[in-house]
Amino acid sequence: MNNDTIRKTLIVAISLCLVCSALISFSAVELRDLQEANKTLDKQTKILSAAGLLVDDKEVSSLFNSIEIKIVNLETGLFDSSISIEDFDESSFSRNPNTSIELNSDTDIALLKRRENFQSIYLHYDNEDLNAIILPVRGYGLWGTMKGYLALESDLQTIIGLEFFDHKETPGLGGEIVNPRWKAIWKGKEVYSDAGDVVISVIKGSVDKRNEKAKYQVDGLSGATITSNGVTNLLSFWLGEMGYGPLIKQIRSMESVDV
Amino acid sequence: MSKAKQVLLNPIFNDNPIALQILGICSALAVTGTLYITLIMCVALTAVVTLSNFFVSLIRNHIPTNIRIIVQISIIATLVMLVDEVLQAYDYESSKTLSVFVGLIVTNCIVMGRAEAFAMKNGPIMSAIDGFGNGLGYSIILIVIAVIREFVGAGTFYGIEIMPLTTNGGWYLANNFFLTPASSFFIIGFTIWALRQWKTDQIEEPEFKISKNSLEAKETSV
Repeated sequence: MNNDTIRKTLIVAISLCLVCSALISFSAVELRDLQEANKTLDKQTKILSAAGLLVDDKEVSSLFNSIEIKIVNLETGLFDSSISIEDFDESSFSRNPNTSIELNSDTDIALLKRRENFQSIYLHYDNEDLNAIILPVRGYGLWGTMKGYLALESDLQTIIGLEFFDHKETPGLGGEIVNPRWKAIWKGKEVYSDAGDVVISVIKGSVDKRNEKAKYQVDGLSGATITSNGVTNLLSFWLGEMGYGPLIKQIRSMESVDV
Repeated sequence: MSKAKQVLLNPIFNDNPIALQILGICSALAVTGTLYITLIMCVALTAVVTLSNFFVSLIRNHIPTNIRIIVQISIIATLVMLVDEVLQAYDYESSKTLSVFVGLIVTNCIVMGRAEAFAMKNGPIMSAIDGFGNGLGYSIILIVIAVIREFVGAGTFYGIEIMPLTTNGGWYLANNFFLTPASSFFIIGFTIWALRQWKTDQIEEPEFKISKNSLEAKETSV
């Protein structure tokens, strides 16, 4: 039989497409639960790791039960329960003009272009007392957006940890932002100056411990100045007025009322 | 040597897809930073090339000539998407690191080349063996590159510390060049040289020879 007739060509093309698409749909549906579980587990691991709550011999999902998730309105700094946690999706919220604002060149220090009006934040309580607050942060490095979590102590001033879960920096240079040794330097650093400005920064070279500003400074990554600056910029942005600044003010004022 | 054995073993050293045919270099550069990731990539590629050869060969007598490349690519792309789905479900960390490179197996010249050159002319079983052999040939070169890159670039072998790095308080100052894909070019080059020293029949004739300069040529003609 001649293979090159139009009839045969159509039959082969259509049946091949049907078989292939059926296979792919089947595998996508079958494996979706596992894939989703993997993604959630990965996210939870990074959040716990930023807050230093990861324990080797305990299951991540059970550890994560102690974390409370809240949606916060970034404009007002108030918690917003009108959006459910399941419905919140950072990337679609930050693209949709109704749920995000465009940043101008003065405010857009982390090069995000648009910022969503809502964010999901994570709170860890230790016997009713706030123990850690974990804030999603992101910003542009050398090759792409670096996404991570910043964990602060209950004073909203001292860093517990900074954990990046997605980045495109050069392995061995900028990619060292995920190096455990570098991450360990962040613990105990402070973010706001006495005047309330965001002063935490990644400096060039290593920090002089005798300098009084040492508690606001983190050693730079050698060979990765742009990545280091990117980390400084994304922290300045997210801790500043356009980021979690209003939220932090709200929490502080609530605490002072309680006292 | 039986034909099956020859088809299986030839691509490993005698007709290596990377070292002799210089195909599939792109992923050899990109995913050879650490040995574990490389092994995942090798398994993924070997699975795709074996199965794509098998299925292309299975329907080779029904493929219309004018859409044969499209048919081959559809089969390869389907397999690659399946591999990607499985990887996301069972080894999420690796699939994140490999990111687009799993998807790029579609454009790997080895897979396409074997489908067009071998599977279109041979039976399904023989084609699958050929695909598997080529997968092995690809893997062996990638593993060599990855072992060298990981050892010199990070002082580790399969994630196990061999030479403690200065950044971790040890004595070995890592050579960052070996962490960049460009270093693979050098390693592939030296691998090809070593292979051709061993299998001298792989050395190619120079494409042209430098002729004598005109003055000498005149003297000899006189």
